[in-house]
Amino acid sequence: MTGLLKSLGNLPAEERPAAGAEINRAKNTIERAIAERKDGLESSALEEKLSADAIDVTLPGRSPEIGGLHPVTIALQRMENFFRSVGYDVVEGPEIEDDYHNFEALNLPAHHPARAMHDTFYFNPNLLLRTHTSPVQVRTMETQKPPIRIICPGRVYRVDPPDPSHLPMFHQVEGLVVDKDVSFADLKGTVVQFLHVFFENNSLDVRFRPSYFPFTEPSAEVDVQCVHCLGAGCRVCGQTGWLEVMGSGMVHPRVLEYSGIDPEEYTGFAFGMGPDRLAMLRYGVDDLRHYLDNDLRFLEQFR
Amino acid sequence: MKFSENWLREFVNPPQSTKELVEQLTMAGLEVDGFEPVASDFSDVVVGEIVSVDKHPDAEKLVVCKVDGGSEQFQVVCGAPNARPGIKIPFALVGAKLSGSKIKKAKLRGVESFGMLCSERELGLSDSHEGLMELPADAPVGDNIREYLQLEDAIIDLDLTPNRSDCLGIKGLARETGLLNELDVNYPEIPPVLATIDDTFPVELANPETCPRFVGRVFRNINLQAETPLWMKEKLRRCDVRSIDPVVDVTNYIMLELNHPMHAYDLACLTDKIIVRQSTAGEKITLLDSQEITLHEDTVLITDGSGPIGMAGVMGGLTTSVTSETNDIFLECAWFAPTSIAGQARSYGLNTDAAHRFERGVDWQGQQEAMERATALLLDITGGEAGPIIDTVVPENLPSLPDVPLRASRIKRLLGVAIDDVSVEGMLQRLSFKFVRADAADDTHWLVKAPSHRFDIAIEADLIEEISRVYGYNTLPVRTPQSSLAMPELPESHLTLPRIRDQLVARGYQESISYSFVDPAVEALLDPEQRPIELANPLSGDMSVMRTTLWTGLIKSLIYNLNRQQNRVRLFEVGLRFRQKNPDNVLTFDGISQDKTIAGVACGPRAAENWATDAQAIDFYDIKGDLESVLGLSGDVFEFRAGAHPALQSGQVADVYRDDELVGHVGLLDPRVQKKLDIRVPIYLFELKIDCIITKMVPEAAPLSRFPEVRRDLAIIVDRAVEAINVRKCVNSVADSSLTNLKLFDVYQGKGIDPNRKSLALGLTFRHTSRTLTDEEINHSISKIVASLEADFGATLRN
Repeated sequence: MTGLLKSLGNLPAEERPAAGAEINRAKNTIERAIAERKDGLESSALEEKLSADAIDVTLPGRSPEIGGLHPVTIALQRMENFFRSVGYDVVEGPEIEDDYHNFEALNLPAHHPARAMHDTFYFNPNLLLRTHTSPVQVRTMETQKPPIRIICPGRVYRVDPPDPSHLPMFHQVEGLVVDKDVSFADLKGTVVQFLHVFFENNSLDVRFRPSYFPFTEPSAEVDVQCVHCLGAGCRVCGQTGWLEVMGSGMVHPRVLEYSGIDPEEYTGFAFGMGPDRLAMLRYGVDDLRHYLDNDLRFLEQFR
Repeated sequence: MKFSENWLREFVNPPQSTKELVEQLTMAGLEVDGFEPVASDFSDVVVGEIVSVDKHPDAEKLVVCKVDGGSEQFQVVCGAPNARPGIKIPFALVGAKLSGSKIKKAKLRGVESFGMLCSERELGLSDSHEGLMELPADAPVGDNIREYLQLEDAIIDLDLTPNRSDCLGIKGLARETGLLNELDVNYPEIPPVLATIDDTFPVELANPETCPRFVGRVFRNINLQAETPLWMKEKLRRCDVRSIDPVVDVTNYIMLELNHPMHAYDLACLTDKIIVRQSTAGEKITLLDSQEITLHEDTVLITDGSGPIGMAGVMGGLTTSVTSETNDIFLECAWFAPTSIAGQARSYGLNTDAAHRFERGVDWQGQQEAMERATALLLDITGGEAGPIIDTVVPENLPSLPDVPLRASRIKRLLGVAIDDVSVEGMLQRLSFKFVRADAADDTHWLVKAPSHRFDIAIEADLIEEISRVYGYNTLPVRTPQSSLAMPELPESHLTLPRIRDQLVARGYQESISYSFVDPAVEALLDPEQRPIELANPLSGDMSVMRTTLWTGLIKSLIYNLNRQQNRVRLFEVGLRFRQKNPDNVLTFDGISQDKTIAGVACGPRAAENWATDAQAIDFYDIKGDLESVLGLSGDVFEFRAGAHPALQSGQVADVYRDDELVGHVGLLDPRVQKKLDIRVPIYLFELKIDCIITKMVPEAAPLSRFPEVRRDLAIIVDRAVEAINVRKCVNSVADSSLTNLKLFDVYQGKGIDPNRKSLALGLTFRHTSRTLTDEEINHSISKIVASLEADFGATLRN
């Protein structure tokens, strides 16, 4: 091509432009072809290298293991989050309690028949393992002025040999609200909302049954429509269509007085429930004892 | 408490089905645990009479009976040992449906049989199957058994709360059922039974605070061989009470019907007079069930000239008990103050129906009426004569009914709904509460007096509970609580527990929860220097002391998993550990520290079996790394110092410090402890006090330098015993602020180095904030560092 271009001078002047253009066109064509070929060779060489580098992407990554939280913790954390989000404080307290805070300040004097509902582990006549987390409420009321809005999660203890539906150690979340204008209607609203968000079903029926706890009056047991059969009756609810999930009530005036709060000025409601049982219902656990065996095959199902 | 539905319906008979009635009671706060029919579902069983019994020609154990079924006689082959002429029995006719099958004409060993003679079990009445059920002699032959025995009945099991002891009798239950259904109750007419003899027995109430009322009556010439009538036996049976003899049966009947426990004494065995008094410590009594009990102080006793003859309100004594020889009795219907009976039965390990009632409270009125009812029933069965009723009473010690104020405004405030005055008064009436209006200027007020059977009503809240119950809990309004929107404090200087948990989870740990009470033997191995707090009433020996370390439970869970073919375990737990501050002191609440703790356990290969890495056992630095990743969340410096722990292997245990406060330990389980626990693999453990790791540094950003950094590496040789932390401290102490990073990037022991020495490779990074450092400056810093390392540790530079 260079030779041809050099020979342009031999052509008559009027032919030179056309011939020059023709030669340049040919030159470009050839150069393009070479470049294309070069690209082609390079990319096939790369392809070859890349395909040799191919790996099995389906093999697991390195050290993929993560652990997990205990199902009761998962339930407890969800419960705490629900209540925190509407302004409750989470308060904890001692598990070895004195008789006063566990019973007496809750309107349960010595030999009260309702104490029979609390089979208690004792260390000596005055020291015991708390049978509920209510003493934390008492300790809070002793030191804090209303408005009070707390939940008290934690371990509680009753003398009950382990079986599929009983454990001598289990958990409770108790709530307490004390303020100037708190009524049974607020209690009902709180409980219904909680059950709806916990089970993620806003159409679950909730019913309140009169009951008796020495520290609340009026007192109510709370039943929720069975979350498994939705009320039709099944093994989980013992064919009744209802699950007993909570005790609740308006704080007994004497309990407020014990803690130095004027029951004429303030009213309050309280409720208590078992995260172990709620987790059982939520996750389909059939035996409470699984919670304390800590069998990895059980625990690893909760992520 | 179990009761017969029919018995209740004799008092008040609402139109609901059993299921509806049970639901109604439950929703009224009288929780029903369950109910079952008193007999199974059978048909065409009649009262039969065995007319004759002949041997079966071909079978030794069978007999051939002629049975009168009312309209005709049938031949029935039967194998019951008590089949004999003259007795009346349940007779299932051919065609009867029984236990799900149909009775057919049959041939038994060649003899034709028309129907079947039944045991109690075959009718679903009880588990008794020893022989045929024998009916009273006056049972009308041919009558349908279901009607004759009134078997269209259910046994309802009620789980009453302690405040509703007024419903521990059919009368009280009927009152409640009438209230719920707005129906009148047919209480039994109880006319007085006039005395036909003058006999009485003296009673003295020595301590009227505990026993202010004792109603007594003498009976003479009663016939204890008489049979309790079937209807009474059946009612008792359906309430889970066994028939004993007419006297016991009548007293039980009164307790079940009117909720007044009674007790009968053999009059011939009573001496002097009855004195009701408190016990003194050490007194002895032999109870009805023959057990001798040594009494503690202040138990209410019934005594006579011979000493204690009954534990009041709990159980009678053996020496004065009614026997088959008894002709004359003294019957007691007393009232004991609940506080004086509460806890007494339990303190002696006793549990009786009477104590259950008295400690919850019994109506202090109605004892005379109960005695009249008992008298009529008893004389009807046993014959004999009754003396006058003597009511020994100290009225000022009987409870009094308070006037309880009730305010309309308070009802609204507590329930969140205004209930109009007329409705409130209507509800009070239905509850049989007496009231008068005592209005204040701007509010309706009442003064309310509850009837004596509702002695639980003492304050306004009690009344409002009753009103809400009658109004209906589920009719009361539902409201979403309102509040001012105050933002909560969320201190950034605190880590949250979920964050800490999540970090361990990210490092492959599984959270566990284990009992706070543990096996003292394992506890002693893992924390021998602590004396754990002991439970007075543990469930079992291996759950008898409070854990002083979370390791006890974690090790137990680890062993559980190792025994189930798991070889790689990572567990952690968060919870309290319990230590007595000074174990020589008397245990008190303030003497116990209950520290929130996080602890973990690990064993097995570093990584789960995988294709990418070879299996390697974990070592100290794996678990230390896990720990550092948690402690690092605080942004603060934690120091690991060579430490000592009785359960950890010396030389592989570190104490963790934050600002010179001991936070916890990490290390390898001592092989001797490991062997005692029968574990075959090395176990690493850590435990930290949450309080010490939860506070976090709030970040303070430092300016970034625009100038280049210079890195110099040093390899020094020091004695093997020299600890890395001290090398680091030495370097930091002499370096100026231009040393921005110090890394220990290699540790070498072995070939080419004195076996007592080791080589440490240090990477030092220098950078100034406002200028470029010169070689000279850096060399100067390095020389100072080397000199100091030489001086402190005899370090030499490795060439």
